[in-house]
Amino acid sequence: MSEKVLCVTNLSKQYGDMTAVDAISFEVHAREIVGLLGPNGAGKTTTINMILSILEPSSGSIHVEGMDIAKQRSAALACTNFAAVYAPLPGNLTVYQNLKVFSLLYGVQDQGHGLEVLIDRFDLKPFRNIKCGLLSSGEQTRVGLAKAMLNQPHLLLLDEPTASLDPAVARDIRLKIREFVTQTSAGVLWTSHNMYEVEAICDRVLFLSHGKILLEGDPKILPREYGKKTLEELFITVAREPLSLENT
Amino acid sequence: MTTMNLKRIFAVMLRQFYLMRGSFSRVVPLFAWVAVDMVLWGFLTRYLNVSASSGINFVFILLGAVLFWDFFIRVMQGVTMAFFEDVWSRNFLNMFASPITIAEYIIGLVVSSIGMTLIGLTAMILIAALCFGLSLMVYGMMIFPFLLILFLFGIAIGIFGCAIVLRLGPASEWFIWPIPAFLSPFVGVLYPISTLPQSMQHVSHLLPPSHVFEGMRAIVTGGTVSWPLLAWSGCLAIAYILLASWCFTRTYQHAVRTGLMARYSVESLS
Repeated sequence: MSEKVLCVTNLSKQYGDMTAVDAISFEVHAREIVGLLGPNGAGKTTTINMILSILEPSSGSIHVEGMDIAKQRSAALACTNFAAVYAPLPGNLTVYQNLKVFSLLYGVQDQGHGLEVLIDRFDLKPFRNIKCGLLSSGEQTRVGLAKAMLNQPHLLLLDEPTASLDPAVARDIRLKIREFVTQTSAGVLWTSHNMYEVEAICDRVLFLSHGKILLEGDPKILPREYGKKTLEELFITVAREPLSLENT
Repeated sequence: MTTMNLKRIFAVMLRQFYLMRGSFSRVVPLFAWVAVDMVLWGFLTRYLNVSASSGINFVFILLGAVLFWDFFIRVMQGVTMAFFEDVWSRNFLNMFASPITIAEYIIGLVVSSIGMTLIGLTAMILIAALCFGLSLMVYGMMIFPFLLILFLFGIAIGIFGCAIVLRLGPASEWFIWPIPAFLSPFVGVLYPISTLPQSMQHVSHLLPPSHVFEGMRAIVTGGTVSWPLLAWSGCLAIAYILLASWCFTRTYQHAVRTGLMARYSVESLS
């Protein structure tokens, strides 16, 4: 197995009496796309927020490229990036301005040619000098993905990256992300509610339910192991009857 | 110990520059309000010079003081405005999930403020000098420590204002705008501190601008500036910056611990 880019150990988050994430442990390896699946409120976004260090864990540890995020936050985040539909880039800056500002924040060396290549790769040339707030949600998603790849991250966190894209663009984006992983040896943690997409792109999936990892495995094999025809059927079972799987 | 990254500080400043460059409505207020103040107080002082037979040049006392006070307000608002841009554009998630440190972010806000303040200061000096004959040379070399102390205190109050908004949520920005108005009676912008009741004077001595305005009046009326008091106010201003930065850092840590940072756009006071 290739080197670990993300190592999460006994990670928990509690809000008073409510446990959002309950002692989960998992790893993401280089060149691996891991799907973090689960119903709404399962703890996926909470987990991603803790990896991004904008939410402090109640206990446990997170290591990115061997660096403890609690102790080496800046260095760990310099080789991490993310895209999420709920975190659009500032709408009052143009596509180029946003990418320029974030390239500085992430310490990108090649800010001239590198930015233009990204703008081209995500078909953003016609929108280069347009304010992000004026773009459609799909176009904004593409800008967010371009920002997420600015620093050639070793760890890429994608929270429903294709949620607002039409099927053709979504497929194109999936191919671009797969290509990025192959070329850069990055590891990706990917959340999605689109099981077709997860089956197509993820090498491994983790099913979260009530803050715990319930199942883990290859998305193409996992449904059969639990007597389900499809990943979607398995997802629905996780969402509605998690106990039936815990006892399996 | 993490070293400061100049690129990340520059990023915060560049963001502000992009916003200013592309927005008429952001640029105009930088000099519009101070210009109005200069014109209003300029005519008032001209009237006082004519009607009062005190022999005091009110242009140097009142218009100069208003210019200094507007400078302080510009510095403070320069910091808070740069911070509010992240609040208004819901950019905390992107900003604080990047490698930027809190110290770099605060310094970025301060550097942004310097740029914005210089525009306002230039406008004020030009109007005051060309229209009302106020030359800052009347204060001699003391102009530099005066402006430095007001600048440092403006930075401190600006950072403290950011901490309040980070803690209480976006709507609390309305607590920040009136802060200079609350402070102005205590710092004696328009009158000597001795005019105030004793209890208010105790507060005045803890506010660095008080000593600047006292010193300014002393120069204009032929008195001497108290260097120990000026040094005290400089030290106080630095102490307030450290205190405000500590407040902001603690508030940030609280927001990260409670989840407020991850859902900042939601109005919440946890």
